[in-house]
Amino acid sequence: MSVTLDHVTRFVSGVPYLHKTSLTLDRGTLNVLLGPTLAGKTSLMRLLAGLDRPDTGRVLVDDKDVTGIDVRKRSVAMVYQQFINYPSLTVYENIASPLRVAGKHRDIDARVQSVAKLLGLEPYLDRTPLQLSGGQQQRTAIARALVKGADLVLLDEPLANLDYKLREELRAELPRIFEASGAIFVYATTEPTEALLLGGRTICMWEGEILQTGDTASVYRHPQSLRVAEVFSDPPLNRVGVEKKDGSIHYASGERAPANGLYRDLADGGYEVGFRAHQLAAASGKNERHSFATTVLLTEITGSESFVHLKCDGFNWVAVMPGVVEYAPGDRLDAEIDPADLYVFDPSGRLVAAPATM
Amino acid sequence: MEKIVNQKAWLLVLPVFVLVAFSAIIPLMTVVNYSVQDTFGNNQFFWNGVGWYKDLLDPSTELGGRFFASLWRNLLFSAAVLAIEIPLGILVALSMPREGWRVAACLIILALPLLIPWNVVGTIWQIFGRSDIGLLGYTLNLFGLNYNYVANPLDAWLTIIAMDVWHWTSLVALLCYAGLKSIPEAYYQAAHIDGASRWAVFTAIQLPKMKRVLLIAFLLRFMDSFMIYTEPFVVTGGGPGNSTTFLSIELVKLALGQFDLGKAAAMSIVYNLIVLIVCWVFYTVMTNVGTERRPETGGV
Amino acid sequence: MARIDLVDLAHSYHGPAADPATYALKPMSMTWRQGGAYALLGPSGCGKTTLLNIISGLVKPSRGRILFDQRDVTPLSTQRRNIAQVFQFPVIYDTMTVAENLAFPLKNRGLRGEQIASRVAEIAQLLDLTPHLKRKATRLSADAKQKISLGRGLVRPDVAAILFDEPLTVIDPHLKWELRSKLKALHRALDLTMIYVTHDQTEALTFADTVVVMQDGMVVQSGTPQDLFEKPAHTFVGYFIGSPGMNILPATVQGRRAHLSGHPIALTRAYDRLPAGARIEIGVRPEFVRVAAPAPNLLNARIERIDDLGRTRFARVRVGEQKLAAQVPNGMSFAGADVGLDFDPAHVHVYADSRLVEGAA
Repeated sequence: MSVTLDHVTRFVSGVPYLHKTSLTLDRGTLNVLLGPTLAGKTSLMRLLAGLDRPDTGRVLVDDKDVTGIDVRKRSVAMVYQQFINYPSLTVYENIASPLRVAGKHRDIDARVQSVAKLLGLEPYLDRTPLQLSGGQQQRTAIARALVKGADLVLLDEPLANLDYKLREELRAELPRIFEASGAIFVYATTEPTEALLLGGRTICMWEGEILQTGDTASVYRHPQSLRVAEVFSDPPLNRVGVEKKDGSIHYASGERAPANGLYRDLADGGYEVGFRAHQLAAASGKNERHSFATTVLLTEITGSESFVHLKCDGFNWVAVMPGVVEYAPGDRLDAEIDPADLYVFDPSGRLVAAPATM
Repeated sequence: MEKIVNQKAWLLVLPVFVLVAFSAIIPLMTVVNYSVQDTFGNNQFFWNGVGWYKDLLDPSTELGGRFFASLWRNLLFSAAVLAIEIPLGILVALSMPREGWRVAACLIILALPLLIPWNVVGTIWQIFGRSDIGLLGYTLNLFGLNYNYVANPLDAWLTIIAMDVWHWTSLVALLCYAGLKSIPEAYYQAAHIDGASRWAVFTAIQLPKMKRVLLIAFLLRFMDSFMIYTEPFVVTGGGPGNSTTFLSIELVKLALGQFDLGKAAAMSIVYNLIVLIVCWVFYTVMTNVGTERRPETGGV
Repeated sequence: MARIDLVDLAHSYHGPAADPATYALKPMSMTWRQGGAYALLGPSGCGKTTLLNIISGLVKPSRGRILFDQRDVTPLSTQRRNIAQVFQFPVIYDTMTVAENLAFPLKNRGLRGEQIASRVAEIAQLLDLTPHLKRKATRLSADAKQKISLGRGLVRPDVAAILFDEPLTVIDPHLKWELRSKLKALHRALDLTMIYVTHDQTEALTFADTVVVMQDGMVVQSGTPQDLFEKPAHTFVGYFIGSPGMNILPATVQGRRAHLSGHPIALTRAYDRLPAGARIEIGVRPEFVRVAAPAPNLLNARIERIDDLGRTRFARVRVGEQKLAAQVPNGMSFAGADVGLDFDPAHVHVYADSRLVEGAA
């Protein structure tokens, strides 16, 4: 099956929550909705689920118009940020409840057991949700969503309320769980790292609009616009303006460099350049690189890597460097970028050059 | 754009239409019908146009005089009751325990007056206030206070207000308590750290967070007190004189005491309109207070 | 400004008479120096919030004392300890403007109008809130609200320490970076003691000079981010710090050599006196496991999955029944599922019953 949003819009008391949007989701796919708060992720999910009716446009399931059909008649399951379970029922009964409600009394036990196994809940089936950790509670909620074999499973930032380590664990398991189910999954998150780890397809959103849709790795490596690159970068994307003139590059930070690498084939004119934290490094002295005189603002050390916050003539950048580097605030540092490994956008923010895929 | 139209849905709401028609629309139409006619009995009616309404809204006529007198009494009563019950309810809610078995005990005690039927409440206070056998009346007279709600209008008013406060403060208190319970603990901790006094905590946190429930309480108590009938009817019967004759009592006197159906019908329509308008105003205010706007972007 | 000493501190929510094993906070003594940036890191229920609330005075400890600059503050209320606290969800006084919010603690302390105004202006400047001073605080975004919460702490001239209880929970990822560097900048500029409670290792490690890792009401290790990363004192720290966490593998260890599924692994130090009967494990971080083409001198492993984080990749591999993570060198591609692993000997640690064993040189 497939679900299609056909030119839908959604307004709440006059405020646009979702601008004209079209989208098709296919069977067996994992779709990550990536965007900051108020990007319209939840609005989009509610339309997909049938909890809200679009103000204009249609919702199609397998090319059949289902706009306005009640959510209870659709094959949809939803998991929220809060852990929503029946507090008085055991984990087993919680998982079985969607089947009982739907009147599917045949092989309840087999289905509950198999979903419980998939989510590692077998030892806890006799407990009530309040006796479980947050991670186990959310697993129960996910099991409930999966057990009835819904065609469309929506997860709205399901890991946001979990501890970092539990998040890490569950995040590693989810792709396998999704694959085993075969439904359409839609997973909303604000975190680029989460999107990357889940893989699948990414739908990048910003202020009620879909900016880009595609294979997660390719959206990450080929953001079509500056905005997508910003939404899909953590640490934040570093930016600087450039002007190409007479075969050389003038950075807005004052540096000049030859127009090599990606700059070689650009027409003369002004551009906006973006590079991610790992694309900015301490000077190596290789002469095809472009070097900047920066001042260290702050160094954050995690042990495995160090985030160095730099200031370069009014531009604030973050560089991530492996291991422990100890720069003190105020230190001068020559930082450099590889002109073959950055993103160039035209003044309207459209991508014009990107590094070759590794 | 194609829409799915299913006419069968109308059939499903039909029973509700029928029910509403019998319970509200038909009686209302009957009243409207009466309000534009006059009668000399014998079931003979003749057209009077807006005559009753003209009289009603003109204080110099007998009907208008009675209407406005009881309207002012009603408004005064509502104002008095609200002025006492809202602050008192807040105070009770604030002094209630936050956790433990005492919460349940308090809730039960508070709920008790709400469970007693109106006419029983009236009877209780009618006896309670009697100066010969009533605990309240007898005690007051024992202390040399010349209390007699049957003879003294002020005593009658005080009795009725005390009764309403006793009956309904619980409702305000329960609503406020629910509002208070929904305030996250972090707010109190933060205020504590900020060095806020008890009063500052109340004005900066508790009152703003209770705003919504207070509006609901205000609306409910206003409507209820504005339409009060049973209790004063049982206690004072509208007296002494006309001193506690509220609109509803006046209406009953007019319709059932004097069988002035036309006048009574006109009055009940106007009465109804006042209630509806007040309701609408409150509803508008409340929905405006309730909507939290989306945060404006660019906060930093 | 304060140095904070915790002296034999312990807490139970069921009173001091409860079984010590059920204490939310097991007995501990610690000193936090004035002007330090500390993080309390641990999973939910590890006692970190209890400890924070004891320091702020919201919870009275069942046992022990808290000293601020050698002065016993245990019986004092929060107000009298001169502590500021920022909570998980922004606490904003709804009816007030940003300026009134910032002025609130000063007003409560009875300061004069012009004193308040100048102080509020100063703090607003520091937090980039000046353009919003006249606006209703409820209308601002979550990160601005959190700044206001922080501002209400900073505005007091006498504040001894600022406590943070997971303050970035409701903040979007890219704003987290801004707010965090703002915090660090403030810390440097104001020389305040700051204590930051979180379950998020990145936040803890990047914020603090000293990270205190807690588990089950106990401090398992306290040290610099580098210490915790490179030399975890406990397997729990190894697992909890780092993403993915440390590989902890059951092994036999003799002298300068460990054996893992029969494969010898070189160690830089000698471990001759391991406690008898203890569970022996070796720990090595994914960053110090080298992935290469299979070779006779390497540990054989099968790749199950590659996690691509964009800037780096981690291979999830299996050695027999044992699962491991290993960082994949840049540009490496795989011919098949079979690979060889090589551990950096300087970063292989030996644990007996989950505790780090110091080898002999």
